[in-house]
Amino acid sequence: MAIKDYLRERFFPHLWCPGCGHGMVLNGLLRAIDKLGMSKNEIVMVSGIGCSSRITGYVDFHTLHTIHGRALAFATGVKMARPELNLIVPMGDGDALAIGGNHFIHAARRNIDITAIVMNNRIYGMTGGQFSPLSGENIRATTAPYLTIDPSFDVVELAKAAGATFVARTTTYHIQQVSDIIGKAILHEGFSVVEVLSQCPTYFGRKNKEGDAVDMVQHFKKNTTSIGSKAKQENPDLIERGIFVQTELPEYCSEYEKMVQRAMKGQ
Amino acid sequence: MAKPKLKKHHINRDWCKGCGICVELCPKKVLELDDQDKVSALRLQDCICCRLCEFRCPDFAIEIETKE
Repeated sequence: MAIKDYLRERFFPHLWCPGCGHGMVLNGLLRAIDKLGMSKNEIVMVSGIGCSSRITGYVDFHTLHTIHGRALAFATGVKMARPELNLIVPMGDGDALAIGGNHFIHAARRNIDITAIVMNNRIYGMTGGQFSPLSGENIRATTAPYLTIDPSFDVVELAKAAGATFVARTTTYHIQQVSDIIGKAILHEGFSVVEVLSQCPTYFGRKNKEGDAVDMVQHFKKNTTSIGSKAKQENPDLIERGIFVQTELPEYCSEYEKMVQRAMKGQ
Repeated sequence: MAKPKLKKHHINRDWCKGCGICVELCPKKVLELDDQDKVSALRLQDCICCRLCEFRCPDFAIEIETKE
């Protein structure tokens, strides 16, 4: 199947700004699905609110565009009712970890078979550039004209601590790694978290003088390194990318099915 | 496996927003933005069909067609 067969072409060109990283994540995601040879009918994509969550409008799968931060809660419901379907939940940084922070950690704790993609552009783009819990310190935003003082979450550490059984990070520069990791995350049985560092040239880039989309993408190349590389030992400020956790633990829906079987026997 | 040979760059000018990511990140500098800020393939003879422009395009505006 060609990539374009997975798109709802009538909604293109999409609404994202020129150079927005979310389009690149969508590109990588569709290539992963294409490589796995999945049909449109076995995928359900659920999203919340934000620039990133508009992604569900552009793909020709079963899609749900739900309320802010609650995409994982809706996805949990779909998965429990139809465990044979593959659930993909793309979220923005604010959607996943501010508004939906609680849903995020509890979905990870249950280890339900959902693939959560955190498209981290470190800002709320749709509402005009407010800082998010992933912006970090010393960032200029509409709501932080004198720079932020809040430290940021580390998505990988948070997901690990909450119990996710597949945790990975990559960036829009490393587009082949995006496809590769998302493909593995979809195949993984259990809660998978993929953080993709994405660029927002319109708000984050402009406010923080990071240049245009091209400069921001190249910034990801310069400031990231593979897990455990020598470069990381020499420069601890580099952000590691790759697969951090990949373990097999009992999955929520299969445990639920076992419980149903027990109940049917009347025990 | 034989190297893929370029058949055609399909560029969708209605979808291209002129961000320039493909232009800058092309390893062989095949692409350029024209006077309307839309991508166009100028140096086709240099293209090595790595498809990085196609993979990185946020707007799905480039497609590389190859022949084996």
